Amino acid sequence: MSMFSVFDIAGSAMTAQAQRLNVVASNLANADSVTSATGQPYRAKQVVFAAEPLGGNAPESTGVRVTSVIEDAAPLKRIYDPKHPLADAQGYLSLPNVNVVEEMTNMISASRSYQTNIDMMNTAKTLLLKTLTLGQ
Amino acid sequence: MAGKLDNALRFHQEALNLRAYRQQLLASNIANADTPGYKAKDIDFAATLQGALANRPGRLSLGATAPGHIRPGNGQPPEAAVQYRTAQQPSLDGNTVDMDVERAQFADNAIRYEAGLSFISSQIKTMLLAIQGQ
Repeated sequence: MSMFSVFDIAGSAMTAQAQRLNVVASNLANADSVTSATGQPYRAKQVVFAAEPLGGNAPESTGVRVTSVIEDAAPLKRIYDPKHPLADAQGYLSLPNVNVVEEMTNMISASRSYQTNIDMMNTAKTLLLKTLTLGQ
Repeated sequence: MAGKLDNALRFHQEALNLRAYRQQLLASNIANADTPGYKAKDIDFAATLQGALANRPGRLSLGATAPGHIRPGNGQPPEAAVQYRTAQQPSLDGNTVDMDVERAQFADNAIRYEAGLSFISSQIKTMLLAIQGQ
């Protein structure tokens, strides 16, 4: 019965949106991290979504997958603070390139998508349960 | 004899299968609302149902003539011609999924699926009533 693949599709979308939320949380938490384990300031991360055919019995159904987590190529913020212990020779400090407004928008979009996918899964479940009562 | 029973239920059975298939398509669209380059897909339900009932080969049926060819899966009606939805507000990254349109279509399709279930249910009950007498 082809409706079962709706669970797989919605599940994959929820996983992808949850990963996106994770990345947003990491970015917001590290919006002020001047240094990290590598000695470089934190660079904002972004997820890359890709459509992924589920194949099998349902060749037309397409789920979604996070193919990679890339670093934002925007330039780092530089502020002048010669008193800071990590300031470079000219007295400039590099701060992460996290745009808080963008991250909040991302978070809203991701949670909306997540909720829609939950609704989708619930609808499919209701329909399948109703199908089981056919003829009664 | 079993053929007659089959034929009586056939219209709603085909409609129900097609509704389930369309549900899948709409679910794929909603799941990929954020994927760059993804184009929203849908089927023309009335035309596809006509085609399925008349057993006409569809415009996009998968011809499998050699052993290595991919055959349509069990869940896919062979006559389903998947078309692309016209984008109301296309975005820069190539994604044409409009969440509102998809959500509305998904809810609409779900209600019609339930309606189809009711119809088939009452057809079966009518037949059972006729078989059992009174």
